[in-house]
Amino acid sequence: MITRRIALLGVAVAALVVAVPALAADDLNLPRQAVALVAPPFVHPHEQATKEGPKIIEFKLVITEKEVVIDEAGTKFQAMTFNGSMPGPLMVVHEGDYVEVTLVNPETNAMPHNIDFHAATGALGGGALTHVNPGEQVVLRWKATRTGTFIYHCAPEGMIPWHVVSGMHGTVMVLPRDGLKNREGKALRYDRLYYVGENDLYVPKDEKGKYKSYETVGESFADTTEVMRKLIPTHVVFNGKVGALTGKNAMTSKVGETVMIVHSQANRDSRPHLIGGHGDYVWETGKFVNPPEKDLETWFIRGGSAGAALYTFRQPGIYAYVNHNLIEAVELGATAHFKVEGKWNNDLMKQVQPPGPILPGKSSAADAVVKTR
Amino acid sequence: MLLAMKIKAAITAAVLASPIALTVAPVAHPVDSAITEIAAKPFQYRLAGDFSRDGKPAPAPLREALLAASIKIMNRQVTAGEYARCADDGRCPKIPQASAMAERPMVGVSWRDATAYAEWMTNKTGVLHRLPTDEEWVFAAGQKVRDEALPLVDPVDPAQAWIARYEAEANRARPGALDPQPVGAFGRNENGLLDVGGNIWEWTNSCFLRMTLEPTGAARVTNTNCGVRVVQGAHRTYMTDFIRDPRTGGCAAGAPPANLGFRLVVEDKNWPALQRMIVATFTPG
Ligand SMILES: [Cu+2]
Repeated sequence: MITRRIALLGVAVAALVVAVPALAADDLNLPRQAVALVAPPFVHPHEQATKEGPKIIEFKLVITEKEVVIDEAGTKFQAMTFNGSMPGPLMVVHEGDYVEVTLVNPETNAMPHNIDFHAATGALGGGALTHVNPGEQVVLRWKATRTGTFIYHCAPEGMIPWHVVSGMHGTVMVLPRDGLKNREGKALRYDRLYYVGENDLYVPKDEKGKYKSYETVGESFADTTEVMRKLIPTHVVFNGKVGALTGKNAMTSKVGETVMIVHSQANRDSRPHLIGGHGDYVWETGKFVNPPEKDLETWFIRGGSAGAALYTFRQPGIYAYVNHNLIEAVELGATAHFKVEGKWNNDLMKQVQPPGPILPGKSSAADAVVKTR
Repeated sequence: MLLAMKIKAAITAAVLASPIALTVAPVAHPVDSAITEIAAKPFQYRLAGDFSRDGKPAPAPLREALLAASIKIMNRQVTAGEYARCADDGRCPKIPQASAMAERPMVGVSWRDATAYAEWMTNKTGVLHRLPTDEEWVFAAGQKVRDEALPLVDPVDPAQAWIARYEAEANRARPGALDPQPVGAFGRNENGLLDVGGNIWEWTNSCFLRMTLEPTGAARVTNTNCGVRVVQGAHRTYMTDFIRDPRTGGCAAGAPPANLGFRLVVEDKNWPALQRMIVATFTPG
């Protein structure tokens, strides 16, 4: 168990090791833009292609340790979060921009944290330069040199997996300055973007098989680690909770609209599938310099990566967006829904005959055999 | 064993499905404080199942119904302690995730578990215990019944009904607490029944039926599936008989029941077998 006292002892050590000037004079003569982040599955307003030159894009991430409810049975979970959401917010910049993140660890937290950006180069993705104890903040700037969707996550020594599976991951999307392209170089655009972050959760159970709850995040550590080591999650969720993206919170679209779905999993493999739809263009590994694959049924998200899929809805109705390990989708929670308005296309699908009694002599396999004799 | 169970279920269904008008003389019944007797009187009943007319989906007809006799039904749901006694006797399956508190309603039971319990009670008491039919449940539930006619699927554009149904399901009030609550926590209805439409849905004996509506208004059964039973509570739904946890519904489900439990109907053993079948008599409406 990590007490506040131990955490504070760490302050002095960290301060000696990381002797970085806190707020150096700005050495970059670039315009600045502060962006207010938005909780998933939504994303802050952004340009898909830009004519402007590189900028310093400022983001603020406030780490919040808090109790959340992760399923409809009311199971309580000690979460660690960026900006209070699981996953943390999606940040969108363009290639060549500088990402300047202020990472705040409020006094009310108990744990030291940091941040590792997979899109950044050096210092463990920034992890080595961003250790903040409760009551501290740090500012890190890194250059977005590669396009694509990239994970960011907390990575404190010795406790990386626990912080990640407690909720501390999110995604940065670095767009090409001239926008997304297909294999032939034709521009691709989206009308809407949804960010679906997937978390595998490991909630300890008591002798009776009931989920245990803890007063503080520190108290949950030992038991949670034991469950984690067996590698069998108790929950696999989108947006932090079973059913977070279903019912009243289902994602919406309409026929003819092109949706981009960014899907991240910081720890474990996933395989998104849109039931009743497809991936028209999919950057399975999430890196836009590689041409997108076309017409996918299911795509693979490697643990520790984020991918992106474009789909234009052609048929109205309810679509399920699942992790197509269906046990994880149905039993553990990895299911989201899309509610799509529009007019039904009978050419694409039609119920020719409703369910009814089996008629002799009409389109049954047995009859077909007889006819061929 | 499984085959025998299936045949039995089909026979029960056949008997329940055939409409028999009865005249019933009052009989003395064993007294049990948990049993409420409700005298027959006309009530509104929306038929359960899937309906079509001229090959197109049709709304389930709403009918004026009348049970052939008074009904004797438990005023509360079977409790965890009661079920445990049957399990201890080796006549009901032991359920690992059973309710923790003996005096609270039993949840996490399948239709098969509930039926095993009813048979055990019948053997133990010598009085026939069984699950209610859907008609009986609706009658006893009285004002607590939510008559929910979901929008019809138009084959020309089925998506509109799916969206409307999805929204209707998403807008249903969810019970505040999901765990079983003390008996009576969800109130008493005008027939003296406790906790109707609370956070526990109740198994009925009625099978899932697919029906065609004739020009006369009569409903003709085209398919009977007794592997799926009508489940009643805050809304009516249909469940496969071996399901214990209704929440593991995933993909298509909007708002599944929170818990599955049951209450029983009792009948006097000295009634002739056929007279025991309480049925609704329908008038086209
Ligand atoms: Cu952390």
